Amino acid sequence: MRLSRWQPSNPIWNQLNQLQTEMNQLFERWGGEGQGQAGAVAYPAVNVWEDAEAVQVEAELPGLDLKDLEIYVTGGNQLSIKGERKQNVAGQGVWHRQERGHGAFVRVLTLPYEVNRDKVEARLENGVLKVRLPKNEAAKPRKITVKGD
Amino acid sequence: MAEPNLQSQKDRAEQMTPERTRGGVSFMPRVDIFENEKELTLYADMPGIRPEDVDLRYEQGELVLHGRFQPGQRQGHSLLREYDEGDYYRVFQIHESIDNSRIEATCKNGVLTIHLPKLEASRPRQIAVRGQ
Repeated sequence: MRLSRWQPSNPIWNQLNQLQTEMNQLFERWGGEGQGQAGAVAYPAVNVWEDAEAVQVEAELPGLDLKDLEIYVTGGNQLSIKGERKQNVAGQGVWHRQERGHGAFVRVLTLPYEVNRDKVEARLENGVLKVRLPKNEAAKPRKITVKGD
Repeated sequence: MAEPNLQSQKDRAEQMTPERTRGGVSFMPRVDIFENEKELTLYADMPGIRPEDVDLRYEQGELVLHGRFQPGQRQGHSLLREYDEGDYYRVFQIHESIDNSRIEATCKNGVLTIHLPKLEASRPRQIAVRGQ
């Protein structure tokens, strides 16, 4: 089974996030860790689902507490995840490996629906951020009864 | 202040995991390893792994980390998929003599921290030199 890392499966989503993708690529081109890595994405990488009621965003953020994160919804459909991953501090000794990244980050996602920002819930479970954003009433799918003659 | 070096890309495990009975992928957790005169400390990023799903072994100088990913049920359909989920697996050769009985590990916020205390005999010792 091969899974590609970038799989927008919804055409609306595709359009809305095209700008974000281009922006990210621009930043990567200007240096940083993303340089030269095929398919590198902004930090943190996210997975997004939707059901009839809500949009669910997940991101892997190991080592962070909720207090290290600022999560905002602006403009009705923009989610921003801001935070900082601190570097390990140690006393006298030697670092043999330092592969775990650190630094400040911000990721802004444009959601395909307007969400009810008063009802957004965020939690961290074993280093995975899970944000549930209930859709605005107007954005929820409606069943339309088709009447016969 | 060090330059940020965050990476959102996960690396596939290079080492062979034990024969798998279910599908899926294994990732190589990123680690920091610190050594001082008393112990080696290893920090491994394993987001999504619960403490009870970590299998940790130290045998004949090999430290084996295995985080078993428990897939959850998700409602609805996927809009965007930038990362995959799966097991974490990595093996380290530890050259120092480690006191097997005192290895301790904790798992918090998706980070596994392992303390590997050195055997008393292998610790550096200050030897006092006396004059006549």
